[in-house]
Amino acid sequence: MMAELAFLFGVTRKLLGGLPLTIELVTLSVATGALLAVAMALARSASRIAAVLVSFYVFVFRGSPLLLQMFFIYYGLGQFAAVRDSFAWPALRDPTFCAILSLALNTAAYTSEILRGGLASVPSGAIEAGRAVGMSRVMLLRRVVLPLAIRQALPAYSNELIAMVKSTSLASIVTLMEVSGIAYALVSETYRAIEVLSCAGAIYLVLIVLLTRGVWLVETWLSPAGSRA
Amino acid sequence: MRFLRPLAAAILFAAPALAPAAALAKSYKHITIATEGAYAPYNMHAPDGKLIGFEIDLGNDLCARMKITCTWVAQDWDSMIPALNAGKFDAIMDGMSITPARLKVIAFSRNYSQSPTVFLVKKGGPLATMPDTGLAVSLDDKTAADKAFAAIKPILKGKTVGVQVATIQLNLLNKYLKDTVTIRSYKTTQEHDLDLAAGRIDAALASTAYFVSTLGRPGGNAFVEVGPRFTGGLLGQGTGVGMRKSDPELKAMFDKAINAAIKDGTIKKLSLKWFKVDISPAS
Amino acid sequence: MGNALRLVGFGPTGWGGTLLEGAAMTLALSVCAYLLGLAIGALCAWGRLSGGRAVRAMIDVYTTVLRGVPDLLVIYLFYFGGGQMIGAIAHLFGATGFFGLNGFMVGTIAIGLVTGAYQTEVLRGGYLAIPRGEIEAARAIGMGRLLMLRRIIAPRALRFALPGMGNVWQQVLKESALVSVTGLAELMRQVNVASGSTQLPFDFTIAGFALYLALTTVSGGVFMGVERRVAHGERMARKQRA
Repeated sequence: MMAELAFLFGVTRKLLGGLPLTIELVTLSVATGALLAVAMALARSASRIAAVLVSFYVFVFRGSPLLLQMFFIYYGLGQFAAVRDSFAWPALRDPTFCAILSLALNTAAYTSEILRGGLASVPSGAIEAGRAVGMSRVMLLRRVVLPLAIRQALPAYSNELIAMVKSTSLASIVTLMEVSGIAYALVSETYRAIEVLSCAGAIYLVLIVLLTRGVWLVETWLSPAGSRA
Repeated sequence: MRFLRPLAAAILFAAPALAPAAALAKSYKHITIATEGAYAPYNMHAPDGKLIGFEIDLGNDLCARMKITCTWVAQDWDSMIPALNAGKFDAIMDGMSITPARLKVIAFSRNYSQSPTVFLVKKGGPLATMPDTGLAVSLDDKTAADKAFAAIKPILKGKTVGVQVATIQLNLLNKYLKDTVTIRSYKTTQEHDLDLAAGRIDAALASTAYFVSTLGRPGGNAFVEVGPRFTGGLLGQGTGVGMRKSDPELKAMFDKAINAAIKDGTIKKLSLKWFKVDISPAS
Repeated sequence: MGNALRLVGFGPTGWGGTLLEGAAMTLALSVCAYLLGLAIGALCAWGRLSGGRAVRAMIDVYTTVLRGVPDLLVIYLFYFGGGQMIGAIAHLFGATGFFGLNGFMVGTIAIGLVTGAYQTEVLRGGYLAIPRGEIEAARAIGMGRLLMLRRIIAPRALRFALPGMGNVWQQVLKESALVSVTGLAELMRQVNVASGSTQLPFDFTIAGFALYLALTTVSGGVFMGVERRVAHGERMARKQRA
């Protein structure tokens, strides 16, 4: 039993070595994805052609597995000499970049839909009221539309954030050694799959529970009167 | 109390780690053999999805000799050994080398093939001039091994080498070249081939028998094998059939069948068919 | 390009047939996993709504864990540990030998359990959306518990839960790709195998995209059709009432 606990402890310590990379993948891809999503929401309202393109993009990325998307970006694009000779190759050559790119593109598709839902939920009365008191477009967006939309979209977005933390576990297929990448390497070294995978699962679980609490705090803070209605 | 719930959840989640192992089945009329289907020409998938290759032919021949029937399943390389011990199948035939580390967790039949480990690089690339190309180096011979690595370290300095995860080749890199090269590990050898072609890695390290398939594919003539041909030491004693330690009877059956297949030239014949060279063990 | 078309196509050297078989396997796996998840979700939603403290706490732990651990890890855990667990249970009843779960069973159970956690929330939400008056009315006219469940609660909750159930279905379809790690010959696996063998990952991932999009689009259409029918039926009923 002692030896067993020592083994589990050793495994957990090794797995935690991958935590910084996991967190890096999550933060960079979530940030990029959010920016992309906002850009797409703006583009959608700006031109018809852009709206069609954005819809197609969302359709493709929401309709296919992330595993396939990552495989495509890492291995698929590298198949062509034209890509390998292009300006983008120094970035695409790097597995970390490819992982962040595919995670960001994936979450951007989902986030843009969530954002759209949030924006659609803003009552037209609130906007009219803002206009009536003479708010400028920017001010209206900052003080009325965005807070209401974000408040509405936050529960869905928090689910998306959780999904992203879980999705980073796929980055191991493009040779990255984040928490689950290390887990798979440890499985093939120690041949003790269940113990190693359970430890890895526990790490993700703690990470996600903390994240859920964090989002809950933000939600409370955003809701009227600073408390849950 | 709120913080206790995730803790309880985490403990509950780790509980299966302490579950007891299952007992074993002991009737050998029928066995299931796992292979990767991605390690040509040892084993591969045909376009119709069927498994073919040297080991499929050999395994079927061995099963006929043992008078048992066998079915094949495709299985990822990196989970091969834990899945064997979890009872997903009864034997592994996947170019798996017999090594001291693996012998701690599973049993092996006698070897049925032997092939040295070598670097594959792009023709005309910076590593194409690696010294000692073609020189046979046994890692059992410490002086020869040290001399060989000293000779290739300067040219490999700072380069990235791709290798399949959980292989003897990865062990070789970890032991001898860890401080010299950046190691990148892949789920399959085919994936490091893709990255070698794409230029994400400078060299791939695998067995010459596997590189037969890389070199034989369209575009394969862009690559060349360089550096010493390593054998022995942590590279083990050739490839054998992997089995659970609790199946000594099955191991005895395989040993006998492989000995017979070596004696009557079957392994040599299959080897020439799939590899174009003879990789059958001497005796 | 001609070469690539031949490889993705249906000729003797083409992988087209294999890819289509993979897509069929993906569909079969998804349907089984979805049905299992639906059953689990219904049970857990019922437990959360009317169970005691202990039952509610257990369901809480289940949904927290399954939603907090990467699905790939859950699949691997079932792959390596599922047989052992079932074996241990079977040994209690005197059975011996291995209880191997093949990739299909592992995938069905793992994805069923994961999406069961989501389905729980969806179905609970559907139940809570039923106007209280309808349930009270049913009770008032003396409907029994079972009859009420069959005639009022189930159909009404289902109607409110349908959009969420559609989302879970899409999630199941995409998650089934992860089961490729068990060696099950579903679509993602076949794309991988073909990419590796031919060293043409671009062509085969594009083919993979096309097949997955076809699956998600067509099945999404089916869900929308059902939703529309239900909504239509409701409108008709309202008209008759008016």
